Amino acid sequence: MMYIGNYSNKEEKLEKITHNCTYLSRKISESESNMFTLIDRKDVTAESVWFKIEAPDVARVCKAGQFVIIRANDKGERIPLTIADWDVNEGWVTVIFQKVGASTYELADLCKGDYLQDCVGPLGIPTYVENAGNTVVIGGGLGIAIATPVARAYKQAGNHTDVIIGVRNKELLFNVEEIREFADELYICTDDGSEGRQGFVTDQLLEMIESGQQIDTVFCVGPPIMMKFVAKVTEPFNLKTIASLNTIMLDGTGMCGACRVTVGGETKFACVDGPDFDAHLVEWEETMSRLSGYKEEEKEAMEHYQKHRKGCQCNKEGEQK
Amino acid sequence: MTAQRKPRPQLIRTKLSMPCQEPSDRIQNFDEVPYGYNEAEAVFEAQRCLTCKNQPCVSGCPVEVPIRDFISLVKERNFLEAAALIKTKNSLPAVTGRVCPQESQCEAKCVMGRRHQPVAIGNLERFVADYAREHGEEIPELPKSTGKTVAIVGAGPAGLTCAGDLALMGHKVTIYEALHSPGGVLIYGIPEFRLPKGIVKYEIDFLKKIGVEIKLNFLVGSNKTVDELLDEFDAVFVGSGAGAPRFLNIPGINLVNVYSANEYLTRVNLLKGYKFPEYKTPVKRGKIVVIIGAGNVAMDSARTAKRLGAEHSIIVYRRSKKECPARQEEVHHADEEDIEFRFLTNPIRVIGDEQGKVKAVECLQYELGEPDETGRAKPIPIPGSEHLVECEIVIIAVGNDPNPTIPRTTPDLEVSRWGTIVTERNTGKTSKDRVYAGGDIATGAATVIAAMGAGKIAAKDIHKQIMGIEDEEIVEPS
Repeated sequence: MMYIGNYSNKEEKLEKITHNCTYLSRKISESESNMFTLIDRKDVTAESVWFKIEAPDVARVCKAGQFVIIRANDKGERIPLTIADWDVNEGWVTVIFQKVGASTYELADLCKGDYLQDCVGPLGIPTYVENAGNTVVIGGGLGIAIATPVARAYKQAGNHTDVIIGVRNKELLFNVEEIREFADELYICTDDGSEGRQGFVTDQLLEMIESGQQIDTVFCVGPPIMMKFVAKVTEPFNLKTIASLNTIMLDGTGMCGACRVTVGGETKFACVDGPDFDAHLVEWEETMSRLSGYKEEEKEAMEHYQKHRKGCQCNKEGEQK
Repeated sequence: MTAQRKPRPQLIRTKLSMPCQEPSDRIQNFDEVPYGYNEAEAVFEAQRCLTCKNQPCVSGCPVEVPIRDFISLVKERNFLEAAALIKTKNSLPAVTGRVCPQESQCEAKCVMGRRHQPVAIGNLERFVADYAREHGEEIPELPKSTGKTVAIVGAGPAGLTCAGDLALMGHKVTIYEALHSPGGVLIYGIPEFRLPKGIVKYEIDFLKKIGVEIKLNFLVGSNKTVDELLDEFDAVFVGSGAGAPRFLNIPGINLVNVYSANEYLTRVNLLKGYKFPEYKTPVKRGKIVVIIGAGNVAMDSARTAKRLGAEHSIIVYRRSKKECPARQEEVHHADEEDIEFRFLTNPIRVIGDEQGKVKAVECLQYELGEPDETGRAKPIPIPGSEHLVECEIVIIAVGNDPNPTIPRTTPDLEVSRWGTIVTERNTGKTSKDRVYAGGDIATGAATVIAAMGAGKIAAKDIHKQIMGIEDEEIVEPS
């Protein structure tokens, strides 16, 4: 015979264990059946972090353009991140994220060998890759992480694939060699001219269009303001343009509607109807205002994080700043 | 000990109400509103039961809890036995004791209710389940493993009930849940002050102790399809719920700070946004919050908004109070908490400021006309009655559609034009062999207990099918 003890005591105990430190994710995860090992991590740039996560159920079925939702610990936000790379045999996926708020800083505090509380996916409809002939894939900032597998998929489908990537300065560049390996042409744009062309990705794109280069499809991913201007550039030429949206999400399965976006006058859910949409039909102003809806709360969360941060407790050298 | 024959106690006409937190206190916290009976109160209320021979109350219960018999055990103060008896039929008694609409089910059939007030069956069920939880209950002895396996899609009320019953019949059950916590609507939808999450967790832990395995963060339809599950399991039960929120087709519906009730409640309940920033998911707090709709979910949203500091939490509903789909008790609690009701009012537009944030809802006034096809008086707009209701947050609580994931990814599953999976009512069988469904995914949005009833019916038939049993031989779970 087994007896179940008093639950409220257990919860109190768990509360004590969890006590708001980074180490907690390891503690809690060990008591749960579901855990996702952080196989490896590295700082890609000063702002961006790369995670390799053990998630065989995700790796087994995922395709370019899909995303996962991860949670650092039991008190964490559910963070949607597009899958950058994966390996079916080894059972891992990688994601790259930017440290922008408390939740992503907290995530970045995790060390190699730690556990993520949750990782669910693949979510969303994969990017529709056909042999359209000539494709230009544009990645802005962190969007480079997503542009990479999508461009590779286009190339593998037989397209002539040019890639344009844009960042503020060369310190923020990543994946350059990786893209160069398969891309027919790689154009780098920096705001300050520290690498490649000085200017925006749209300058490069417009130049290519105006030079009479044959382009059948443009795929863009990055800050919404960039995608909005890519759409503006291609619209007069009636050039098919797909944008991969990164919206606020909770469940990622169509249950909450936080990610809704107006496309061609209709409400769509980025999580289940997207994340890819016709860039010419997206209401960009609405998309941008919805993304900035929690500015004040983000500030408050950041202050709380900085006050309570315990940092890494695993005593591994070289993994943490 | 043999039961002593006592003189029948004096007939008490009214049910014993549970003590509650004062409205002025409770709107400042998320603790549960009613405190529940103590032992003496439970025995007192139990003694009102007439112990009818034909047990009409049981016929009012979708899962056929042996109500008369458990109440008799309460009279004898055999609380743990009473709990064990309930659990033979109902795997989540602490939940149903709190959220069932007893007034239209068991208590509606209570003989006492014909002349007086019915026995407070829900309150007693809740007491017994809470008592068992606090005093340590025995795990029932499990039958020998049958070696059969069943996959359940979705850890909501239907799936959990189906899983519990199948486990008690000796089958190996695995539940797949897309979210990071099991419980479905019990966890993400119903607020802490109505159903404490610790209680849900306890009831689910009980299922784990009887051998049910729960795999979280697993989306059937993406990670594996129903067809793939059929390769691994002897049967599949789909209880994926009605999780797709409806929005109104009016301008401004996608402005910042317009929430679906699902999103608002998920932020607060599942992700504990009310403890932000300790918990990292934010939820907007506003002085004036408008809730569209008047069902239980609308009441939950309005009462949650109040607890998050809203000075005015306003329910806007196009019909009158009489037609409110919410339970009377919920409306009553909302009333006590100063939730404002604007009946016969319907929004036609949400208006935003220059940053795209909500600043008002434009509404039309309605009057009641002739009854419509639902038998309720049809609301008719009054021309020229446009007016603005200023607010910072709008919550849309006008219902949910069935979750489309399983129908979309299971091509040969028959689906109705409303998106529900077509099932045989008395077995839960779908058009696909070895696939069963129940709960909101089969009926459209309904109640927790109806979903549990469907899970139970399906469990019986799954047992029959995978064991190759004919109708007469069916063994009840015990």
